Amino acid sequence: MNRQARRPVAIAILLALPLLLAGCELGPKETTQYGPRGTGMEQVVNLNIKQDPGIPPPSAYQLETREGQRAREIYPELKVLGDISVEEFGLLMANITTWVVPADAPAAEQGCNYCHNPDNMASYEKYTKTVALSMLKMTQNINLNWQQHVKQTGVTCYTCHRGKAIPEYSWSFEPDEDQTTILGNKQGQNTPVQAVGWSSLPNDPNSYFLGDREIKVAGRTLHPGATTNGIKDAEHTFGLMMQISGALGVNCTFCHNTQGFQNWDVSRTQKMSAWHGVRMVREANADYIQPLMATFPVNMGRLGPMGDPLKVNCQTCHQAQSKPLGGVSMLADNPALAELGAWATVAPAQTPSAVIAGGTVRTTDGVVGAVAVVPAATAALLADKVQAIRAAAATPAG
Amino acid sequence: MGYQNIFTQVQLSGPPEMGPPARDSDPRGTSTTQNYWLGKVLNAQLGPIYLGPLGVASLICGFLAFEIIGLNMWASVGWDPIQFVRQFFWLALEPPSAEYGLSIPPLAEGGWWLMAGFFLTTSILLWWLRTYRRAVALGMGTHVAWAFASAIFLYLVLGLIRPVLMGSWSEAVPFGIFPHLDWTAAFSIRYGNLFYNPFHALSIVFLYGSVLLFAMHGATILAVGRYGGERELEQITDRGTAAERAALFWRWTMGFNASMESIHRWAWWFAVLTTLTGGIGILLSGTVVDNWYLFAQQNGYAPMYPATGAVDPLSVPGAAQ
Repeated sequence: MNRQARRPVAIAILLALPLLLAGCELGPKETTQYGPRGTGMEQVVNLNIKQDPGIPPPSAYQLETREGQRAREIYPELKVLGDISVEEFGLLMANITTWVVPADAPAAEQGCNYCHNPDNMASYEKYTKTVALSMLKMTQNINLNWQQHVKQTGVTCYTCHRGKAIPEYSWSFEPDEDQTTILGNKQGQNTPVQAVGWSSLPNDPNSYFLGDREIKVAGRTLHPGATTNGIKDAEHTFGLMMQISGALGVNCTFCHNTQGFQNWDVSRTQKMSAWHGVRMVREANADYIQPLMATFPVNMGRLGPMGDPLKVNCQTCHQAQSKPLGGVSMLADNPALAELGAWATVAPAQTPSAVIAGGTVRTTDGVVGAVAVVPAATAALLADKVQAIRAAAATPAG
Repeated sequence: MGYQNIFTQVQLSGPPEMGPPARDSDPRGTSTTQNYWLGKVLNAQLGPIYLGPLGVASLICGFLAFEIIGLNMWASVGWDPIQFVRQFFWLALEPPSAEYGLSIPPLAEGGWWLMAGFFLTTSILLWWLRTYRRAVALGMGTHVAWAFASAIFLYLVLGLIRPVLMGSWSEAVPFGIFPHLDWTAAFSIRYGNLFYNPFHALSIVFLYGSVLLFAMHGATILAVGRYGGERELEQITDRGTAAERAALFWRWTMGFNASMESIHRWAWWFAVLTTLTGGIGILLSGTVVDNWYLFAQQNGYAPMYPATGAVDPLSVPGAAQ
């Protein structure tokens, strides 16, 4: 073959080379600009794999009026929802059933019976009712006190539960890696996991959602002295940010102007929303979920391998949407979820004391303790229970 | 015409080229071999190689570092060979955590990293000494050794000098493919965007400049290869038509040209300054400047964008803590 004949072959090979990029996401993209030009502040959505935010189930019926007989007059033992009308109370109970009780629950646990003893509706003999009470308080607290994050849209049980008893996305503590050996020890990182965007970053981002682990890492002043964080801390924060990015289905520039990740005044206000969101999740986990540790039954999938309850993070509500459920508010039909129940005025009977409850998340920077606030009286009970769960986890099934 | 192709089409074969006598009396190997496929891209002649005590010591230290890193990675997946291959790009030997400062930690908690770093550094420094001594032995200048030294400077800044100045091994780079890349990104985030570090900018200028010079020089010499342009030393002393054409080409297209000799000086300095300025930039991060974005703001070279209205929530009175 002479040179002239070979040239088309060479050109064909060169043109075929881009096919090596076939791993890229093909398909039409939609780009939205969110900041000054030249900053790359934009969101790119691949229309072929765009996720549907989902449509909330309709309310059981529309509430005509909030007037009428108060629920407390009929159900005097109500702790949270006594101040609303009987009709509204019934509607809310019906909606909660749709939101939380699985459709395929066994007969004895269907509908109201999932939480209630049909012969004595006021009884707390089913653990699910205790859980539901705490979750109602949590929902009201979020809708009232965390509007910097949930705005007027608010949340309902459905935002997390989506018709399931256990929300699809949750987290709990994992057993420690043995730090005294290199065998099987990944130092909590260097593993391809989805949570941190398949990077080798530390994959314990959930440890930021209980307690008050410092997230801010960038130098706070021009010269050294004010910031004690090191590069390893930055890697942990980076891992958390990757998780949040995945949970919301957005990239870094949804919140940040990347000229200075830490800089507030050129960041989008979404960064403030995220800041409040992280604190909101911490409060939900510490004050409303972790204390249920003693309430949840063992071996029913309600507790993690270390015996702590399944907790929430950004993904629990957001599920790859920057606004959960596409920003649709369900509060109009369920206004009681955005009001403070009578419970808030009742002083706690006991001063909560901190106990190490759920084990630890090991990081390369040492142990991050899982500290939960529970009444001191349940601490001893908890210890026994954790012991039992860990023993069960250590014994191979079958 | 062969020089217009990706692969060398002309190969010389004959008695092996043994080079001039060296100044020192070190014994050197005499075995050589010819390889046709090697000749496609390099010189077809392999050897003679000079190993010497420095080369042997360097290889031993390098092998030890390689083994420590590799076996640590393998152990981290429980000695599973399949997972070792599948996860190889993610695996790492991590430096000690901050709590150990500059002390020597237990082997499993960074001790192995320290040991691997020691052997790798020793290996590299011994290899440097070897490039220096072999150049002297052949009566050459030591330009190769000093260019190598510039790269070693950046390596030492990253893994030794800066961690020592910061008082903690935890500031150093992990050994691992993705882990060291993630470390780099985290470094930039921790120190307020390395993009605004002027020495980082200089390093990029020299890096991209090196690429440009390499492309221009390589293309020029290949283009006059048909006139013997690749015989650069002959072209310098006894100018044939190749050098004149190449020089005129650049004067035509951009008005000036480097000389046959000075183009190599340009290339050498650009390459050397890439790692030298880069190393200075790393060295200043955390020791002198803690946030390069703030540094750029103070010095008026960070673009200012309109305020979005976002403020630090902690600065708002009554904010949740």
